[in-house]
Amino acid sequence: MSSALTFDPIRLPEACQVLRQEVRAFLAEEIAMGTFDPTGASIGNDDNARAFAKRVAAKGWIGMTWPKKYGGRERSFLERYVVTEECRIANAPVSVFFTADRQSGPTIIKYGSEKIKQSILPRIVQGELHFCIGMSEPGSGSDLFAAKTKATKTDGGYLINGTKIWTSNAHKADYMIGLFRTSASTKENRRHGLTSFLVDMKTAGISCNPIGQMSGLREFNEVVFQDAFIPDDHVLGEIDGAWKQATTELAYERSGPERFLETYYVLTELVRAVGPHPDTRSAEGIGRLVAQLHTLRRMSVSVAGMLEAGKEPVVESSIVKDLGTVWEQELPAKVRNLAAFIEPVPGNQPPLARRLAFATKVAPKLTIQGGTTEVLRGIIARGLGLR
Amino acid sequence: MKDTDSLIAEAAERLLGDLCDPQTVNNAKDDKWNDRLWQALAENGLIHASIPEELGGSGAALGDGFELMRLAGRFAVPVPLAETMLAGWLLAKGGLAVPQGRMSIAPVQPTDTIALKDDGTLAGRARAVSFAREALHFAVLATGPSGPAVALVAAGDCRREEDENLAGEPLDDLVFEGTRPLAMAQLPAGFGQQDLMLMGCVVRSLQIAGALEDMLTRSVAYAQQRVAFEKKISKFQAVQHNLARLAGETSAALAAAGSAADALASGTADADAVFLEAAAAKIRCAEAASTGAAIAHQVHGAIGYTTEYVLHRFSLRALGWRDDFGNESYWAVELGKMLARRGADDLWPLVASR
Ligand SMILES: Cc1cc2nc3c(=O)[nH]c(=O)nc-3n(C[C@H](O)[C@H](O)[C@H](O)COP(=O)(O)OP(=O)(O)OC[C@H]3O[C@@H](n4cnc5c(N)ncnc54)[C@H](O)[C@@H]3O)c2cc1C
Repeated sequence: MSSALTFDPIRLPEACQVLRQEVRAFLAEEIAMGTFDPTGASIGNDDNARAFAKRVAAKGWIGMTWPKKYGGRERSFLERYVVTEECRIANAPVSVFFTADRQSGPTIIKYGSEKIKQSILPRIVQGELHFCIGMSEPGSGSDLFAAKTKATKTDGGYLINGTKIWTSNAHKADYMIGLFRTSASTKENRRHGLTSFLVDMKTAGISCNPIGQMSGLREFNEVVFQDAFIPDDHVLGEIDGAWKQATTELAYERSGPERFLETYYVLTELVRAVGPHPDTRSAEGIGRLVAQLHTLRRMSVSVAGMLEAGKEPVVESSIVKDLGTVWEQELPAKVRNLAAFIEPVPGNQPPLARRLAFATKVAPKLTIQGGTTEVLRGIIARGLGLR
Repeated sequence: MKDTDSLIAEAAERLLGDLCDPQTVNNAKDDKWNDRLWQALAENGLIHASIPEELGGSGAALGDGFELMRLAGRFAVPVPLAETMLAGWLLAKGGLAVPQGRMSIAPVQPTDTIALKDDGTLAGRARAVSFAREALHFAVLATGPSGPAVALVAAGDCRREEDENLAGEPLDDLVFEGTRPLAMAQLPAGFGQQDLMLMGCVVRSLQIAGALEDMLTRSVAYAQQRVAFEKKISKFQAVQHNLARLAGETSAALAAAGSAADALASGTADADAVFLEAAAAKIRCAEAASTGAAIAHQVHGAIGYTTEYVLHRFSLRALGWRDDFGNESYWAVELGKMLARRGADDLWPLVASR
């Protein structure tokens, strides 16, 4: 008997490679127009990012796997994969639509009422709606089921009171999908009592307080709810039963190219800095890193292909995220080692040093956001039958 | 890769389960199992599974042969199944028929070269040839005045200097001096020693992935039985996390080796893409062997360090296979040079080409 981990050798079909060329050409045009800076030297502005989202939408690349009746294109997961990875590599400002495209939209498709689906999904597809995720709280991080922010039943809906924290992009978002307590947990089931809601961020009683990040970026927030009213039809799924609701989508969420490409740019800059005739040490270092990167991508494409084929590679996807996030986190330190003997260009700071500094500051978050390494390994262990 | 991708793999899995149970082999007081196993593999057409029938094989696809290699790793097969397959593959490249019996292949190290002299004899040294001692024939890639050729050499026609690998399997140097091959054929244009090395990389990668599959299954099962501090050790978070990492390494090896095998079997990738696939597989699988074997041993405690328990059959083979057909450092340097030559802006297009 083997533990039956499966990674089919999936190849991207020809259509994907055609699409890839189209995405690259589109991104090159956007860069030429000055929409964003592919080197990450300057931080883009919000208006540009919003306008960019609309042009991506016009290409049909947001919600592209979703049903046509909600504005989707019913294209394959592998095609979406290509769009996602090319945008990451180009450093395109995807934050406006990425959360909705990856997570929020699929959740609404699965658990939203028909009216909500009709009103929200087409607007995501148009690149109009920016989503955020309200799960963590000051007293509840890894242990999601300790969430306390309350949703109290009232006429026609719920009143929300409490605080969410680390909410990425809450200050820019139009909607949040939030997890709130509708009942106490029970003795038999400590996961009982939480419900998933769609929250309009313009609702009275919601305020956002910025929290600075050591990377210098302005991303996450504290979100305070004071008697914020959410109508009944904004409930997503079963009351008190949110714990049952996260299964298959998680596989996609965990295993995408964004799980290992966040610091990729330092590898490109290393190859540029060593030039065409690397010494043995640099050559070996680059060779190993690219072998690891290639393997991660093969694993990730494989999970996308298995999902497309209707399989449920739940353990496999957690493994991709574990290996991928640890890899992208270690990458800046490894590149720094390999670059130790490259003579710096006098005068202006070379791109490698600048990008390394940024990646080094970003690195710590990579194994925390979206579930820590420890939590992920617990999930893998459960998949192996150990818990 | 599924466990039963093909009828051939299914038959092989059954046969190996019956005749090559690692614990039975490990406990055996004599070598009787050895001939019985080889005989059964031969009778079932598994020795030259993917060699064309007209050259003496079973005519299955190369992918089936690769499946067998992963199984060979998963059962720590202690006979030269992989070596014979590689030798047959090289002979078939030159259109030579495969002889009966065990074979091995030379050279095995990228930097060893065997010369084909004007008088038709071979000269040179091939280091660290697996199972050379047991082979009746060698398939030798030799380079002569008109390019690379494949030679079929009778075992008695070259000198052997015996040594062994980490798992105690034969790993002998072969010395060719005035050696006259039994048969000889020119290899197709464009085919060179690097193609043999890359093929060897993929075979060893698959074997390592298979050995890791066993080490993972075995370690998980052991953790669920062994009790310490009145608990199954599988309940300790540190043990769980070690096993999760072992699952990660096993997955990486399976994915890298499986992808490279598919790239070679389907023959659709261009040269740089094949090079990336095969070299990356060897690099990543060797790294996985190092990390994975260490974890498997850690989970087992002292019992895993004994001769009686079979973990060493997998760990030491996987560690030994790292060195064949160029070790991971060698391929990392070669891959790094290739990538540097292509340049920074061509890195992503290559990685994302498939
Ligand atoms: C950049 C960034 C963006 C984020 N964006 C969002 C967002 O948009 N929305 C949102 O809801 N959240 C967001 N988060 C929060 C993130 O999901 C949490 O930080 C994460 O789940 C961990 O929770 P915590 O920070 O409270 O750490 P804790 O849960 O307090 O963990 C601290 C340490 O203890 C370990 N630990 C905890 N439990 C266990 C256990 N059972 N076994 C072993 N070790 C354990 C953890 O692994 C970690 O090492 C973001 C975080 C970051 C860093």
